Amino acid sequence: MKKPVPRDLFPGALEMMILRTLKRQPMHGYALVQQIKRTSNDLLEIEEGSLYPALQRLLKEDFVKAEWGISSTNRRVRIYKLTAAGGKHLEREVSSFERMLKGITQVLAPGEL
Amino acid sequence: MYRELSEEIQAHLDEKVEELVAEGMPREEAKRAARRQFGNVPLIEEKSRDVWAWPSVEDLFADVRFGLRALSHSRVFTAVALLTIAIGIAANAAVFSVVNSVLLKPLNYPNAEQLVALHQVAPGAEGLADFENGLLLSPSMYVTYSDHNQTFQSLGVWTTGTANVTGMAEPEQVRTVAVSDGVFQTLGVPPAVGRWFSQIDQEPNGPSRVMLSYGYWERRFGGDRTVIGRNIVVDSQSREIVGVMPQGFRFVDSDFDLTTPLAFNRGKLILAGFGFHGIARLKPGATIAEANADLSRMLPIWMDSWSNGPGSNPHIYETWKITPMIQSLKQQVIGNIGELLWVVMGTIGVVMLIACANVTNLWLVRVEARQQELAVRTALGAGRARIVRGLLVESVMLGIMGGLVGVGLAYAGVRFLVAVGPSNLPRLNEISIDGRTLAFTFVLSVLAGLLFGLIPALKYAAPRTASALQSAGRTISVSRERHRARNLLVIGQVAMALVLLMCAGLMIRTFGALRKVDPGFADPEHLQIMRISIPGSLIAGSELVMRTQNAILDKLAAINGVKSAGFISEMPMEGFDSDWDQIYAEDRVYADNAIPPLRLYKHISPGLLQAAGTKLVAGREMTWSEVYGLQPVVMVSENLAREMWGTPAAAIGKRLREYPKMPWHEVVGVIQDVRENGLQEKAPETVYWPALMENAFGPGPAEATRTATFVIRSDRAGTESFLNEIHTAVWSVNSNLPLASVRTMQEVYDKSVARTSFTVVMLGIAGTMALTLGIIGIYGVMSYTVSQRNREIGIRLALGAQGGDVLQMVLRQGTKLALLGVAIGVGAAFGLTRLMTNLLYGVSAHDPLTFVVVAALLILVAVLACYIPARRATLVDPIIALRYE
Repeated sequence: MKKPVPRDLFPGALEMMILRTLKRQPMHGYALVQQIKRTSNDLLEIEEGSLYPALQRLLKEDFVKAEWGISSTNRRVRIYKLTAAGGKHLEREVSSFERMLKGITQVLAPGEL
Repeated sequence: MYRELSEEIQAHLDEKVEELVAEGMPREEAKRAARRQFGNVPLIEEKSRDVWAWPSVEDLFADVRFGLRALSHSRVFTAVALLTIAIGIAANAAVFSVVNSVLLKPLNYPNAEQLVALHQVAPGAEGLADFENGLLLSPSMYVTYSDHNQTFQSLGVWTTGTANVTGMAEPEQVRTVAVSDGVFQTLGVPPAVGRWFSQIDQEPNGPSRVMLSYGYWERRFGGDRTVIGRNIVVDSQSREIVGVMPQGFRFVDSDFDLTTPLAFNRGKLILAGFGFHGIARLKPGATIAEANADLSRMLPIWMDSWSNGPGSNPHIYETWKITPMIQSLKQQVIGNIGELLWVVMGTIGVVMLIACANVTNLWLVRVEARQQELAVRTALGAGRARIVRGLLVESVMLGIMGGLVGVGLAYAGVRFLVAVGPSNLPRLNEISIDGRTLAFTFVLSVLAGLLFGLIPALKYAAPRTASALQSAGRTISVSRERHRARNLLVIGQVAMALVLLMCAGLMIRTFGALRKVDPGFADPEHLQIMRISIPGSLIAGSELVMRTQNAILDKLAAINGVKSAGFISEMPMEGFDSDWDQIYAEDRVYADNAIPPLRLYKHISPGLLQAAGTKLVAGREMTWSEVYGLQPVVMVSENLAREMWGTPAAAIGKRLREYPKMPWHEVVGVIQDVRENGLQEKAPETVYWPALMENAFGPGPAEATRTATFVIRSDRAGTESFLNEIHTAVWSVNSNLPLASVRTMQEVYDKSVARTSFTVVMLGIAGTMALTLGIIGIYGVMSYTVSQRNREIGIRLALGAQGGDVLQMVLRQGTKLALLGVAIGVGAAFGLTRLMTNLLYGVSAHDPLTFVVVAALLILVAVLACYIPARRATLVDPIIALRYE
C-alpha cells in the first residue's frame, strides 16, 4: 500500500476521548469529531465514521444520552451529553490509562540499556 | 432507531460538505472528500446497529442458510447420512415410546403415586413363596387391615374370575372382577354412568348388584344410559346394574366385563383363604416403609381375632413368617418387564452410536473434501470458532432432519413393537408417541448431530490455510495421523456390533434351550383347549356335574378326527390362579402343629394324560369307575415322588391326604413333571386328585370340579369347522353352557415364551442393524483408504510388487482393525452380557460357543468387506496412477 496504514487506537481509547470532550460541553457528532481532531492537533488519524459505533456503545451503557436539537449552523442534529455514570466511568478509565502509560513510558525510557 | 442513525450520519456528511465548500472546494469534490474521510457508510451503520443487536443469532441464521445450501449441493451424501440417522432415530424413538408408556408414565388413576399393592411374602409357606403374587390376602386379613390400619386412606381386596351371563341370546362367559368395599375408593376413578357399589351392596344378604365395563356396556347395551336399574342374570343370579366404569378403566392390570361386590360375611370368616389381591391408597406423606410396619403390627391382631375353626391353633401362621412387602402399584403392574425393556433400549442405543460412527466417517470424508473451501473462508477472516460453529450447525441440521424423518418411521415402528411385543406386556394399550417421546427424539437428534459433527469440525477447523490453499492436496499421500480418527471409529463400530451380536446370540441360544424343554404336554399345535364352567345354580348335584362332563367328553370324542379328550382343573401355563394346600403323607410323622409343605394340586379326569400327551412314569391312570365310586386314589408328579420316596416306583401304594379328617388316598400313578409356570420355571411338585371327591368337610354330597379346562387332541385343532362342531357337541349336552378361552395349547405355549421371543426379535433386529452398519463402515473406510493410496500402490506395483502382495497389504490393514475391534468387543461383552443373566435360560452369560462363533463371524465379514477394496487396489494401473505426477 502506498499510504501508511493508520495506527489503530487501543480499544476504549476513542470512547475515553469522546467522554472527555463531552465532559466540557454537550455537542453533536460532527462537532465532536472536529473537536477531537483539533484538540489532538491532527496527530490522531480518526476515521470520522468510527465515531458513530462508539457513540452507540456509550448510549447502550448509559454513559451518554442523546437528544435531538438545533446546531449552531441551524441543522437538526442529535446532541450528546455526558451522564453521571459516564463521568465516573471516564475517571476510572483515565486513571487506569495513566497507570498504563506510566508503565510503558518507564520501560521505554532511555539510559538503562 | 436505525433511521435516526442514518439521518444523523447524513447530517454529518452534509455539514462536512458545507464546510469544505465554504473553504472553497467544488461541491462534487467536497462530497467525495467527505465520504472518504467518513469511511464505509453501510459498514459503519451495520457496526452501529450490531452494538444493539444480538449478533450471534443473526450469524446463526446465516450459518443455517449456508448449511442448507451446502447439504443440498451433495445430494447423495445427504441422502445416505439422512437415512442412516433417520433409521437409528426411528428405532430409538419407537423403543423409547414403549419404555416411556410402560415404565415412566404414571398409572391411569388420580394421584397414582399414592397407590400401593399389599404384597406380602411367606417364606415359611413353602410352595407359596415362589408364587409371583407372594401370599395373597385372606378376607379376614382384609377386614383386620381395613379396621385397624393407620397409614391408608382406603384399602380393599379384589379377585378375578369368570361368570356365565344367560338370558340374552347365546349364553356368554364373561371376565369378572369381584371387589370388596374400598377398591373403588382407592382407585378413585368415578363411574361413567350411575354409581359405585355402596356399603349396602357389600352386605352378605343385601341386594345383588353389578357394574359394567365400558366395553361390555357398548357391546351388549349399545351404550344405553337407561341401563341403570335393569337386571341381568349372572351365574343364574339376577343382579341389578348400578353403574358403568369409564372407557380404558382397568383393575390394576386386569380387563373385565362385569364387576360384582365380594360381600364378605364377617361373622363366618376364618383365618385362611389367601386368594385376594390387596390394594390401598397411602395417606398423604405416609411411606411404604411405614405402611409395611403398620401391616406387621396388625398381623398378631389378625391371628388373635380369627380362627380356622374349633381346636385349631391360630398362631400356626407364625411359622409362615408372613412379611409385608408393599410395592407401588406401578411396580406391581410392570412386574419384571422393566429389565427387558431397558436391555432393548440399551441395545438400540448402541445401534444409534454405530449409526453415528458411520455418519461421522462420511462427514470426515466430506469435510476433508471441503478443506479448500474452509481454507478460503479462513483466509477471508472467519475465525476458528466461526468455522466450527458453521460445521456443527450443518451437522445438527442434518440430525434434526433425520429426527423428523425418524419420527415418521417411529409411528410405524411402534405399531410393529406392539404387534411383536409379548401379548402379556403390561400397559400395552397405553403405548403411544407423546410429547415426552417427541422431546426425547428432538434431544437425540441434536445430540446425534453434535456427536457426528464434532470430531470432523474440531479436526479440520484448525488453521492450515497455507498448505490447503497452495497444494490443493492432490499429490500428497495421506498422513497416518489423518487416518487415525477414521480407524478408531471402525474399531469402535466393530466392538459395538460384536457386543450386540453377542447379546442376540445368547438370546437365540436361550430360545433354543427353551424349545428343548419338555413342557409336560406333547404336540401343542394339535391340542384344542377351552374352559367350561358348570355353576351350582345350573346343575346342583355333584355327581350330575361329573356325568355331564363325562357326556361332553364322549360327544367330543365322537367328533370326526378327535383322537382323545379329557379335562383338568387347569392346564399348565394357562395363567389361572392355581390351588395349593398342605399335603400329609401317611408314612411321615408330623410334630404337633407342624405344617407340611404346600403343594400344587389339581383335579383330573381319566383320559386327560393321553389327550395332553403327558407321560405316565409309573403305575397307572385312575379309572372312571374309581372316580364315580369315590375311591380314594390319587396321582403325583415325578418330582414329588422322588422327593418323598426316592423313586417313582416306590411311590405306588403310598397314601396321602390334604387335611386330618380326609380319608387316605392311595397313589396309583406317577406323572412326568409339568412346567406349570412356564418353560423357564422349575416344575412344581404336584398332586392330582380325582375330578369327583368326597366333600372336603366331612360327610355330605361329593364335590365336583365345576370349572375345568377341556383338552381335545385332534389334527383339526384350531379350525373354524372344528370349533363349530365342538360348540354343537357341548350344547347337545346342555345348551346353557358357554365355552371360554377357546384356543390351542400352542397359543398358550407361545405366550409363555413371548418374552423370550420378543427379546430374540428385538436383539436380532438390533444385531442385524449393527452388523450391516459395521460392514458399511469397514467397507467405506477401506475403499477410501485405497483410493487415497492409489499413487502409493501404483509406485509399489511399478517397482515390482505383485498383485497378491497388494491384496495382502490391504487385507492385513483391514483385518488388523477388525481384530482390534473384536478384542475390545469381547472384553466389553464379557462385562455387559452379565446384565442380561435374568433373561437367559440354559446358557451362561459367558457362553464360550456364542463368543467364538460371533467373533469368528464378525472377523469373516470384516475380511470380506475389505476384500472388494483390496481387489480394486490390485487393479491399479501404475501408469494411470502416476500420470498425475
